Amino acid sequence: MNQPDRFGQQEHANEGFRPLLNVKNLTRPGIAPVDLAIGAGECLILGGPSGAGKTLLLRAIADLDPNDGDVFLEGVSRDQIPAPRWRRMAAYVPSESGWWAERVGDHFTNPETAAPLLDRLGLDSGALTTGALDWPVSRLSTGERQRLALARALAMEPKVLLLDEPTSGLDPDSTRRVEAVIAGRLTQGAAALFVTHDAEQAMRLQGGRLQSRRLTMNAGVVSEAEA
Amino acid sequence: MDYIRLGYEDVAVAAVLVALNAMLSLRLRLGLGLENRLVIAAVRMVVQLSLVGLVLKALFAAVSPWLTLGAAVLMVLFAGREVLARQSRRFTGWWTYGLGTSSIMVAAILVTVLALTTQIRPDPWYHPRYAIPLLGMILGNTMTGVALGLDRLLTGAVREKAAIEAQLCLGREFSAALKPLVRQALRSGLIPIVNAMSAAGLVSLPGMMTGQILSGVDPMEAVKYQILIMFLIAGGTGLGLLAAVLAGARRLTDPRHRLRLDRLAASAAEQP
Repeated sequence: MNQPDRFGQQEHANEGFRPLLNVKNLTRPGIAPVDLAIGAGECLILGGPSGAGKTLLLRAIADLDPNDGDVFLEGVSRDQIPAPRWRRMAAYVPSESGWWAERVGDHFTNPETAAPLLDRLGLDSGALTTGALDWPVSRLSTGERQRLALARALAMEPKVLLLDEPTSGLDPDSTRRVEAVIAGRLTQGAAALFVTHDAEQAMRLQGGRLQSRRLTMNAGVVSEAEA
Repeated sequence: MDYIRLGYEDVAVAAVLVALNAMLSLRLRLGLGLENRLVIAAVRMVVQLSLVGLVLKALFAAVSPWLTLGAAVLMVLFAGREVLARQSRRFTGWWTYGLGTSSIMVAAILVTVLALTTQIRPDPWYHPRYAIPLLGMILGNTMTGVALGLDRLLTGAVREKAAIEAQLCLGREFSAALKPLVRQALRSGLIPIVNAMSAAGLVSLPGMMTGQILSGVDPMEAVKYQILIMFLIAGGTGLGLLAAVLAGARRLTDPRHRLRLDRLAASAAEQP
């Protein structure tokens, strides 16, 4: 303990822990230098008040804003990976999704593989009626947008999920479905950095079979969450 | 060439029309200070045009390459300022003024020099009687196109931030994510010249052709001149617009394929 800026590393140091995502000294305006490591199959839950810099941290890891520091994926430095490829491996799903075409399906790189994913997220995959991929974006509800944005990111098979309140606009049933889908990805060897305001959700994620830890962010500084 | 000379009294009679408008506006209590604005604009026009007349007269008498170049540079700088004034979002730093100004400068000067040296061929080729009006026409239209295109690009990038970044997050390259916006910007910059060419002759008689006809030039000769000018304007606008929009699009990103809205100044509405 007692080295509050190196989460992960010292906890796992004795087990020969090789993190999937390793963030070292990452900084940008609005956040103090952050060190964290997430192993394969692990879920790092990040809480803290609005405006603490959680979204800025996720954006910095996804390299969407200018930032300083080092980020490694499976030991390979982010600097050696072209940015578009990096973002396919470390998928950032913002809380407000963006859409650029009229039809939902046009936002998927490989729509044909998305069907089982849509099923599990509680969206119509098109087995019986017109599926979600044929819906016009303008008619989507907030919850549908949120789940579809998650689905199109997961369809890229990313190794790291950077999730910014992925269930904020969802009803309890859809929330459970999203949590289950994410848990499924983790058991397949992905890692997640999961931002949530919902204390119950954090407990649930931690209480499940998932290997998870909780951190909290305050005024740009990441620290170990209490209890 | 025979043309009817105007005396100052002829001009004064025409000014009565403006005065009449102003008086009507006062009488009918249309308010809003419209009559003031009308009179001020009329006075400005008289002063500006008279000064330009004097400057042109001096330039034509001198036929100096340096004086002509000086006038051309001044015109470009004013046009650059106008491009800036018509943008609601601007880059910071050197790019604020430099992007629009350098694109219209390169395009307008290139096209003007080309026309002077290969098509119109006055002697000497830089003769201000040809160079200055030609540059003015090309510059004015290029300026409009560049201003429209840049405005569309920059306001669009701000408004469509979520959609652009969503594509970046899904591993698309920045150029692919911005392509629809670049297309829209180019299209809106080209609309004025496309409209002008389509409507020429049917809806409006272009100003230069009308001027030549009034000064006694054979209509077919005036038409040939006008067609040449339209092509020059289209060429200048296309070149300047392409340069400005492509350079602007590059400035909006970096080697890590980010959307760099931090390189834009805060809009007037956001400033405290």
